[in-house]
Formats: sequence, C-alpha cells, structure tokens
Amino acid sequence: MSQKADYWSANLRLIALCLAIWFVVSFVFGIILVEPLNNISLGGYKLGFWFAQQGSIYVFVALIFFYANRMGKLDKEHDVHEDKDV
Amino acid sequence: MSLQAMTYLVVGMTFALYIGIAIWSRASTTKDFYVAGSHVHPVANGMATAADWMSAASFISMAGLIAFMGYGGSVFLMGWTGGYVLLAMLLAPYLRKFGKFTVPEFIGDRYYSKTARIVAVICLIVASVTYVIGQMKGIGVAFSRFLEVDYNVGLVIGMGIVFVYAVLGGMKGITYTQIAQYCVLILAYTIPAIFISLTLTGVPLPQLGLGATMSGSEVFLLDRLDQVLSDLGFSDYTTTARLSHLNMFVYTFSLMIGTAGLPHVIIRFFTVPKVKDARSSAGWALVFIAILYTTAPGVAAMARLNLIETVNKPDGTQLVYAERPTWMQKWEETGLLAFEDKNGDGRIVYSADAEVNEMVKVDRDIMVLANPEIAGLPNWVIALVAAGGLAAALSTAAGLLLAISSAISHDLLKGVFKPDVTEQQELLASRIAMAFAILLAGYLGFNPPDFAAGTVALAFGLAASSIFPALMMGIFNKRMNKEGAIAGMVAGLGVTLLYVFQHKGIMFIASTSYLGDMSPNWFLGIEPNAFGAIGALINFGVAYVVSHMTAAPPEHIQHIVEDIRVPHGAGEAISH
Repeated sequence: MSQKADYWSANLRLIALCLAIWFVVSFVFGIILVEPLNNISLGGYKLGFWFAQQGSIYVFVALIFFYANRMGKLDKEHDVHEDKDV
Repeated sequence: MSLQAMTYLVVGMTFALYIGIAIWSRASTTKDFYVAGSHVHPVANGMATAADWMSAASFISMAGLIAFMGYGGSVFLMGWTGGYVLLAMLLAPYLRKFGKFTVPEFIGDRYYSKTARIVAVICLIVASVTYVIGQMKGIGVAFSRFLEVDYNVGLVIGMGIVFVYAVLGGMKGITYTQIAQYCVLILAYTIPAIFISLTLTGVPLPQLGLGATMSGSEVFLLDRLDQVLSDLGFSDYTTTARLSHLNMFVYTFSLMIGTAGLPHVIIRFFTVPKVKDARSSAGWALVFIAILYTTAPGVAAMARLNLIETVNKPDGTQLVYAERPTWMQKWEETGLLAFEDKNGDGRIVYSADAEVNEMVKVDRDIMVLANPEIAGLPNWVIALVAAGGLAAALSTAAGLLLAISSAISHDLLKGVFKPDVTEQQELLASRIAMAFAILLAGYLGFNPPDFAAGTVALAFGLAASSIFPALMMGIFNKRMNKEGAIAGMVAGLGVTLLYVFQHKGIMFIASTSYLGDMSPNWFLGIEPNAFGAIGALINFGVAYVVSHMTAAPPEHIQHIVEDIRVPHGAGEAISH
C-alpha cells in the first residue's frame, strides 16, 4: 500500500516539475514576459516572439518524452509496471 | 494539364486510397468499430491521432489567421500543442488503465451515476457539434474553390462526402486511413512552405527561413514584414497582441485544456496496448503535430508578405484590377474575396484605413489554399494542398462524428435507456446519429460563428469548461463525488455557453445574440472564443464546494481511483 502511495507522490512531484517548465516556456516567456524578451534577438526572431511561435512547441515535445521515460523508470522502481501482468 | 483537372486527379487519387483502406479493414464487430481491438502501435497511434487532431482549423485556417493576427495568433500555436503535455501527464495513462470505450463511460462509472454519464454525453455533443461546424466551414471553402462554385454549394457537396466517408468505416478503418491522411496532409503543408521559404530567403526549412534574411538582402524577413505593414498603416506583425495579454493568456489556457478534454482525442488513447504506450503515444502525436505547427508561422508570415507585395508591388505601384492574377478571380467567384474600387482609378489599394481600403473582404480561411497560387508554384503543388486540406477536414470530421455517434448509441442507448440492444441496432443507431450530426453542423455551417479556427476554438472552450475538469478531478481527487462532478460540469458548460451565445447568438445564429458581439461587453475584455478557461475555473470551484457539502464517494469508488493511478493490472479496454 505504501509502495503505491510512494509511487503516486513521486509521480505528482514529476508532474509538478514538468508543468512548471510547461508554464514558463509558454505563458511566462511567450506572453507575460514577451515584451522584455523581444529586446533580445535570435537570428531574425525576437526572442519572445520565437518562444510563442516556435520554442514553446519544441519544449512541449521534449517534456512529454522526458515524462514518459521517467515514469517508465518509476513504474519499475516501485514494481507497478505492466510487464508482470502476463 | 489545367489546374482544375490536376486537382480532380490528385484529390481523386487520395480519396481512392482512403476509401480503399477503409474497405480493406472494414469494421465487423462493435468492438472493432470503437477501439480497433487495442492493438495499435504508439507511433502509428501517434500519427493517426495527429491526423485526427489536425483539422481544417489547423491546416486550412490557422496560418491564415496568424497571417492577419501576427504575434496574437500565437494563442493557437501554443494552445493547440501545449494541451498534449496536460493530456500525457494528467489524463491519457489513467484513462487507458481504466479501460473503457468512451469518455462518458468513464465519467458514469467513476461518479457511480447515470446522470453524470448523461451530462457528460450532452457536454460531449455540444463541443463536438461546434467543432464539426468549423470543419464544415473549411470543407466548404476548399470545395467552393476547386469546383469553382459558391461557398454554400461547396458546403452541401462537402456534407455529402463527409457522410459517405464517416459511415464507411469505424475506428479501425479510420486508424489506418488516418495514417495515410497524415502523410498526405503533412506533405501538402510542408512542400509549398519549403518552396516559398526557398524563394523568399534561400533557406529551405520554414522554421529557420522565418528567422532568416530576405534573398539578396541584409534585411530579416520579419523586419521587412513589420516595415511593409507599418507603411500601410497596420500594427507590427511581431509584437501586436490579440486584444490584450490577459486575453491571450486566457485564450491559450482555454485551448490547452480543451485539447486535453476533447473526447475524440482522448478516445485515441484507449487504443494503445499499454499504459506506458499511452504516455509515449501522446509524445509521438505531438511530434507529428509539431511538424505542421512549427511550419505554420513561416507559412503565415510569408503568405502575408506575398499577398501585400502582389497588391502593393515592391516598385511602389498598385495592382491594376483588370490585370489581377487568375487566383484572385477564382476566389472572387466563391464570394470569399472581394474588391471594391472606391476611388475609381482601376487599381487596388490595400490599407489599414477602412475608408480607402479596396480589398474589402479577405476570408482568412482562403490564405493557406491560395498561398501556393499567390507564390506562383506549379499546379501539382496547388492540387496537393487542396487534397491535404480535405484530408485534414475529413479525418477530423470522421473522428468527431464517431465520438458523437458512440456517445449516443453506446452511452445513451445501450448504457442508459436500452441495455439489451443488439449489436446491429447499436450500429444502426450510431449511423443515424452521425447523419443527424452532419445535417445540423452543415446547416449551422452556412453562417459559421467565426473563421474555421475561431469556431473550433469555441468548441475547445466548451470541452475545457465541462469535460476536462470532471476527468481530472476523477483521477486526482479521491474525495470528488457525483454531486460535485455533475454540478461542476453543468455550471462550467452553462456559464461558457451563456457567455458565447450572448455574443455569438443562440446556437450561433447571429440574429439571436442578446448583447451583440461587441468587445465593450466582454468580461475583462476576454473574447468568447477564450472563455472556456473561465468556465473551467468555475467548474473546478463549484465541484469542490459541492463535493465538500455532500457525502464522500463510496469505498469501492475510492479503490477504483487508487487502482487507475498505477499501471499494473491494465487489461484491454472492456465494455460493461
């Protein structure tokens, strides 16, 4: 039982970390801080504009694979994975 | 070969391919019809989800809207991709573990209540039908151009094709055809984008071309665009927000949680073999989606620049109306592009000033389809874009119609009203429901509430305010009971619908709006398309308060919640 509870709180911590990054790259960099970031340029892009139209999307993709990978490890560590079902 | 003949050929060939696959893998049992037997590989499922997801809104409409909104259009880019992060972490793996066919089925079981299930069905139908209206708009635009008929005629033809298409196959047919559709639509989107990026900047990838300098010049493309826009009196492309930063924040949030709450996307994650695969499937889906979504900003900015330079030539002269290119004439026939020679000089003046502007109507939804013609690309590329646009619209329409029909036949008929229904009757009921949904959405598509992507954004708001909170609390809050969930869904959907109908008209019939679609009437300046996030907050709040005033859910429900939180013990999706 506590095995499951540990697993769940580890999962919640991981989700909190990922969603914090998710929030920062889109809502903070792409919207809230877009004006100051636009003073920095990335090639022909203004940086805030780049986060809003390109950068946030790349980070989202990486985040999901990072989460899937870490959860795969957590499943095994806490012995709740599906492979033992068979 | 003429453009029209080429278009018939390419569209015809792609259709033959989809229908061939649909017949080859035709659904035979009810279970195949809904979830394709849970044997779809994560990469394949990701690709099919991407095709299912990227509709007329993403393909036909979005870049056109961004072209005219500039930075403000970022809400679509972030909103429609960021939702997958929520989906992968907050919903997909747990719903897969729960192992049911439909979203209302999960809500009905988790909240031990047929009422909850019926409320979920209503939420699902309202959101999905609104979504289909957006698809109908896109299909109507595409058909009107390539058959060279009025938009309304194009819409009727589109309705017929969607019906034949959706009835032919179930999810299994749709899963394999959707992989084919993904390939067609992504080629159709990226090939012209690469051509145009090469012509303008010499850089083939539009993701890099957008940040590069113009060919034969030291000026960055985006700076150039800002410059020509401000010369015409428009605001800057790269910095102009959509209404306000608050509105953009709320709009993006609404699209994100709507993404994670749309039943036709969630249902995809029931078809993967394992919980583990549900997580990576969401990642693969987003990879395939991101290919289009990171290309779209380039398409948007380059299309706007090409459009302006067609009308206001770089040498400083304005386009003579009688000498306008063929693509303008063809789009004028559809009624989606219109000019009015206000000063009588026979030339087209394009300006931010409505008094002197002579390009009086540019439907945003024509931009992507017209883009290769504006850039003067070969006919086969233009034909391919038409095929891609139709693939996007048809695949999503089919996925949504499947979600609507399964909600009615599986959740309402079999789950609530007539549990002893036979498989044949269930299939028949689902087909009748599909036909009815197409007629309703098609009818409302004659006067859509917004451009295709805007209409779809409304659908997301409705899903965000009703379904997402109920699903999330069902997994993350053991204490959430049926009273809380039902009250939350009703309050969230109710408030959002009231706000939307108030501005857009009851059932989007504009003449019935009670305050008019006027921005001074908007709450905190938030446009109706973005209001789903506020509806979702209300949903969470009401659910929390009501659940704490009523009895905790029964013991066995709390065990179910504990059980769906761990992957171990996941079987195949089963029907009760």
